[in-house]
Amino acid sequence: MAVKNKKLNLKDKYQYLTRDMAWEPTYQKKEDIYPDESFEGIKIVDWSQWEDPFRLTMDAYWKYQAEKEKKLYAIFDAFAQNNGHQNITDARYVNALKLFLTGVSPLEHAAFQGYSKVGRQFSGAGARVACQMQAIDELRHSQTQQHAMSHYNKHFNGLHDAAHMHDRVWFLSVPKSFFDDARTAGPFEFLTAISFSFEYVLTNLLFVPFMSGAAYNNDMATVTFGFSAQSDEARHMTLGLEVIKFILEQHEDNVPIVQRWIDKWFWRGFRLLSLVSMMMDYMLPKKVMSWAEAWEVYYEQNGGALFKDLERYGIRPPKYEDVANEAKHHLSHQLWTTFYQYSHATNFHTWIPTEEEMDWMSEKYPDTFDKFYRPRYEFLAKEAAEGRRYYNNTLPQLCQVCQVPTLFTEKGDATKLSHRQIEHEGERYHFCSEACCDIFKDEPEKYVQAWLPVHQIYQGNCGGADVETVVQKYYHINIGEDNFEYVGSPDHKRWQFIKGMAPQQKGEDQPEKQAQKPNAA
Amino acid sequence: MSQQLVFIVFQDNDNARYLADAIMADNPHAEMQHQPAMIRIQADKRLVINRETMEEELGRDWDVQEMLIDVISIGGNVDEDDDHFILEWK
Repeated sequence: MAVKNKKLNLKDKYQYLTRDMAWEPTYQKKEDIYPDESFEGIKIVDWSQWEDPFRLTMDAYWKYQAEKEKKLYAIFDAFAQNNGHQNITDARYVNALKLFLTGVSPLEHAAFQGYSKVGRQFSGAGARVACQMQAIDELRHSQTQQHAMSHYNKHFNGLHDAAHMHDRVWFLSVPKSFFDDARTAGPFEFLTAISFSFEYVLTNLLFVPFMSGAAYNNDMATVTFGFSAQSDEARHMTLGLEVIKFILEQHEDNVPIVQRWIDKWFWRGFRLLSLVSMMMDYMLPKKVMSWAEAWEVYYEQNGGALFKDLERYGIRPPKYEDVANEAKHHLSHQLWTTFYQYSHATNFHTWIPTEEEMDWMSEKYPDTFDKFYRPRYEFLAKEAAEGRRYYNNTLPQLCQVCQVPTLFTEKGDATKLSHRQIEHEGERYHFCSEACCDIFKDEPEKYVQAWLPVHQIYQGNCGGADVETVVQKYYHINIGEDNFEYVGSPDHKRWQFIKGMAPQQKGEDQPEKQAQKPNAA
Repeated sequence: MSQQLVFIVFQDNDNARYLADAIMADNPHAEMQHQPAMIRIQADKRLVINRETMEEELGRDWDVQEMLIDVISIGGNVDEDDDHFILEWK
């Protein structure tokens, strides 16, 4: 068609609107304009080799993003207008959203900041444009997630102060420190950490099977923002792979540096995703697939294909991949039993899985669940039935690097706690694993500065000397509303009322959600 | 495990069903899986979306970049131009 020939083809358009918009500086030295480009030791010989396979230009970007937003917000409106929260499978599910809003959404915002910053650091125009688009995407994700959850916040507890909690609450230092670690690294390490290791290798585990699970549990709002965000992620993932190939092709000296970053960020990401393992296996009332199955498809199979492709550059699969693969049989159970004990200090509820759910786990985890984990739940259920619902009042020891409590077990022995410690300049540091200990040893001057929530409480930096004061005043978790066991919680009672399971007493209205007290301090 | 799989995931919606049909028509070695709210297609080494096939399926002009609206995830190296979207491990 004649009309088509008038348009520039995709490759030319990308060339004109991206590379040709850049210029060479004349009265300042390049090294002065981009001072961070060289200090990590990465050598870039020719920035023009940078490829954006989607060849997305700003005009097309706005066109498609606008269309995505229109579709998304039409669904948010429909969801709110039709009281969509009443149609979810079970209110226990909402607890996954509480973890998402406090743990994940602030990371989207951190990613926005991170890409804005590194986008300024590269002298290559292609990389700058890609970072700019991704920064805008990440800001969009942060905003759409908050908009989606604002409806849930009207009807359920624990969603009222996510940004504040993200900066302070003990388990939220796991995602927070992950991104802070990446953002305080150099620009190439940031891209390897976030674009490649996180976006390309690991985020599928959160945004694909978990979001499919949200749909399966009738949460129309979450699956829609999830998939809308993930449609941007498909671009980010492609960028992640291109970034790695670009850096590796530029100079052979880059290979060992990148391999070290891949080892580090695979492990950091794996530890972070342990929270997702428990969301999938325990917090979705109707299950799509187990964490172990998701790991097999999205890491072992897809990661396997990826690292086979990268062999040609001299890159091998991440060190300690074997530990992560073996841990798929244990991870979600070890996390959930830990959070069950610390429910008094979380903005979400926990519970003992139902008989039916435990049977599902026996089927999905035939070698581990009945042997190691079912007996724990039977014991905890018995304790609860006798009026001794168990809460652990000893603060956990945290890993200096990933900041997860040292709750994991050794590969091949699920009865042996995995723990490492070293002395560095007269101080002793503790780790959850050999892998986290390695990361520390590579950059001790960075990780000695870690803000470990338990240490901070003991040092008196969290507003009080007892757990209750810290939880209420410093974390803004409303005691008796947001925290403790799910059964009997205000959320549970409200849900029973919605579902007509607790007939209304004469003269009694629907149990109202308490007015939030975000500034309780 | 000699297979090296590429994959693409779409939202299970009306737009994407045409995409899935076009992919299955042009990639006989591909396998399609349905999961709640999504369609996942995987294949050994290579998957291609052809603009021409999509235009036949849809009965209208179709820009390859329109797939950005409905795609959820991909695995494999991407090569895109005006006529194709290709995922592959070489």
